[in-house]
Amino acid sequence: MTDVLEPAEKDAPEKEEPAPILLPPAMLLSRVAEHVYWAGRYLERAEGTARLVKTHTELFVDLPRSVGIGWAPLLAVTGSQEAFDSGYDKVTEDDVVAFLLAEPSNQGSVATCIEQARENLRVTRGLLPRRMWEVANETRQWVHVSAVAGCARGSRMMWTEEVIRRCLTVGGTAASTMSRDLTYAFLEVGRLVERADMTSRVLDVQAGILMTSGDDLPRAYRDLTWMAMLRSVGGEQMYRRQMGGVISAPATIQFLLRDTAFPRSVDHCLTWVANLLIGIPNSSAALAACHDAQRLLLSVWPSELDLDGIHQCVDDLQLAFGRLHDELAASYFPEPAADSAPA
Amino acid sequence: MTEPTTAPGPLWQGYAAPGWDEMLGPDEPRAGCAGVVDYLERLGDELVDRQAAAEAAVASMGISFTVYAEKGNIDRAWPFDVIPRVIDLHEWQRVSEGLIQRLQALNLFIGDLYGDAKVLADGVVPAEIVLGSPNHRPECIGVTPPHGTWAHISGSDLVRGADGVFRVLEDNLRVPSGVAYMLENRQISKRVFADAFRSLDILPVDGYPTALQQMLASLTPRPGEMPVIAVLTPGIYNSAYFEHAFLASQMGALLVEGGDLVVGDDDVCRVRTVGGLVRVDVIYRRVDDLFLDPEVFRADSMLGVPGLMRAWRKGNVALANAPGAGVADDKVVYAYVPELIRYYLGEEPKLASVPTYVCLDDEQRRYVLDHLSELVVKPANESGGTGIYIGTYATAEETDEIRRAVEAEPRNWIAQPVIELSTAPTLCDDVPAPRHIDLRPFILSGERPYVTNGGLTRVALREGSLVVNSSQGGGSKDTWIIDPDVPQLSAAARQVQGGGA
Repeated sequence: MTDVLEPAEKDAPEKEEPAPILLPPAMLLSRVAEHVYWAGRYLERAEGTARLVKTHTELFVDLPRSVGIGWAPLLAVTGSQEAFDSGYDKVTEDDVVAFLLAEPSNQGSVATCIEQARENLRVTRGLLPRRMWEVANETRQWVHVSAVAGCARGSRMMWTEEVIRRCLTVGGTAASTMSRDLTYAFLEVGRLVERADMTSRVLDVQAGILMTSGDDLPRAYRDLTWMAMLRSVGGEQMYRRQMGGVISAPATIQFLLRDTAFPRSVDHCLTWVANLLIGIPNSSAALAACHDAQRLLLSVWPSELDLDGIHQCVDDLQLAFGRLHDELAASYFPEPAADSAPA
Repeated sequence: MTEPTTAPGPLWQGYAAPGWDEMLGPDEPRAGCAGVVDYLERLGDELVDRQAAAEAAVASMGISFTVYAEKGNIDRAWPFDVIPRVIDLHEWQRVSEGLIQRLQALNLFIGDLYGDAKVLADGVVPAEIVLGSPNHRPECIGVTPPHGTWAHISGSDLVRGADGVFRVLEDNLRVPSGVAYMLENRQISKRVFADAFRSLDILPVDGYPTALQQMLASLTPRPGEMPVIAVLTPGIYNSAYFEHAFLASQMGALLVEGGDLVVGDDDVCRVRTVGGLVRVDVIYRRVDDLFLDPEVFRADSMLGVPGLMRAWRKGNVALANAPGAGVADDKVVYAYVPELIRYYLGEEPKLASVPTYVCLDDEQRRYVLDHLSELVVKPANESGGTGIYIGTYATAEETDEIRRAVEAEPRNWIAQPVIELSTAPTLCDDVPAPRHIDLRPFILSGERPYVTNGGLTRVALREGSLVVNSSQGGGSKDTWIIDPDVPQLSAAARQVQGGGA
């Protein structure tokens, strides 16, 4: 903007906020808000990635070899194709799974996410229930020693299940013991943004596989694949209850994008983000970005979406999530250059 | 030196302390220790399992400290010895009174120095010692902090020599650390010795965070309003970060770094929150004076807050400890503390200190230089055990080196006789062995004084070593204050009672 050394410029934004009276427990430092938000995102990403690898492995074992779904889709879902290619020559089961679960240099691997979640919780441990920190800390130690062995097909199911169980324990502790204050709001917003992002990616990539190979695939296997997609966001059971047991493409897309009751649907995540933002001061910009994403969802008609339509829709959603994150960062998180005048 | 102590029961076979032992006297357990000795005896081999359980608790609770030298792994598990260190309640009450007296005198001394400096005019302490101290801050002259208190939180290191007398070894009036470990040690021993806590009456230590919170709240410049209290930490890479986070959390205070705070042209300190800037009333700062405010002290400090001293001098924000308090924990000033107690309070010191030679004084320096081989020579303003010369262990070169250093800058050195620290049984290779220990109690000074029930016992884990600092291979123990007059129910007796109910 202008020269920060200019005193008049520097002082203008430092006036106290006139209206909101915050009780000390509700006060949340900008720096800490960012750590809590990222703790939420990393926890969710660790859980999501573990579930993804688990369901894909199940599907892989179930499908006939001739179908050959391969392991590349997992790299696409997690957006890590490029990072993978720079370290490996060929897309093999062993390498993809190790890359996604255990590889410390992969920013999105379960091991890294757990490490990052734990680091962010460490910085903010005083604000969160002690058990949350303890579980995250133990999980990180456990992942550290077990991740490589956990990649093998024989132990993979148990290992990913254990990651999911531990992440759920951390989340459950937050849900059942944290006051609904600003700290909780930022943790939850982080989780929900990450979850919406993951659900939309799963839909995009898996739908792509199904719609391209769909005609060659016998009916029974096609259902299996749609089911796997639901499972990879933990939604098969809820879907069946909601939709009367019949698995169909339009209904699955509707369920993952627009269902209002399922907590992993994109719509549900965004609704909750909006609800939380209303309780956070100065949230109009972030709220507007969230509403944009919600409007996007309403503008598509799931039963009429073809492959291109899904791609387009998910691309638009991803951009909208990115804007939502940027608005959160601009409104609440410290600037990268911490010592200049406050924004 | 002394005859080895003998002890009851097979657990203690072969246990031979070189000097004063805290647990076992020559013929029987020390006062207050009988119940614990008996309890440990009953545990027998299980003691080793309890040690393993304690280490598991440390790992899962994430209790850690930071070692700077180790790149990559900055977060190290806290070394904890499961056998508690016991102090008799009556003795502890006397020590507490002595500590309170000492801190009263030291706070009056600091206030005097930054006020009328009568103590210098009266010649109680040579002016050059105080004015030449690197911790004397002219920026503090004329400031009168709330309650006249400068060192709100202090940690004095106590040792016990072969004569069994508790002595103050040094006062830490700047940013003493360790209290969180004292509290965590208790959490661990409650987990692994739950049965002992049922059968022995051990004084609780958990009152500290509340006492600290109340003391800090009493400093607020806006009485009548709910004070906003912040703990100012240098950040996650500081060796005591764990403690900063722990205390902030226990007090419900904000944990802030320098970049989180701003001081405006109105000399008011505020914190950046998601709701905007909010005024801060009291800062428990764990950042050294020189890094506190780049406007006044080191301009290159990234840890401080520009303008903080302005805000403090105006009385818009309270700082604990007050800047400049470190002038009184200079090791040269230490030599004058008994005199200061008499001067300010008109009382005799209730707590012994270690005879100290001030090298600035010609006569005393001559004595020191003639007796180097039997003395400990310490730099006046170092902490963490650095720069210390121990005559009994030193080589000829080291002795020459210290001689030159003392002659070159006598103001910077003091000397004390070597104290053979007392020992306490410590689990080494699965059996109790005597290891040297010290004790750091914490004293709060405000409207009312407060002393922790016990403190942090630090133990030199290497056989024969006198160095207890955790940065140099020291460990720690839980400290149990026990009333020897309360009949301690043995575990067996408790069981019988419980069974009859």
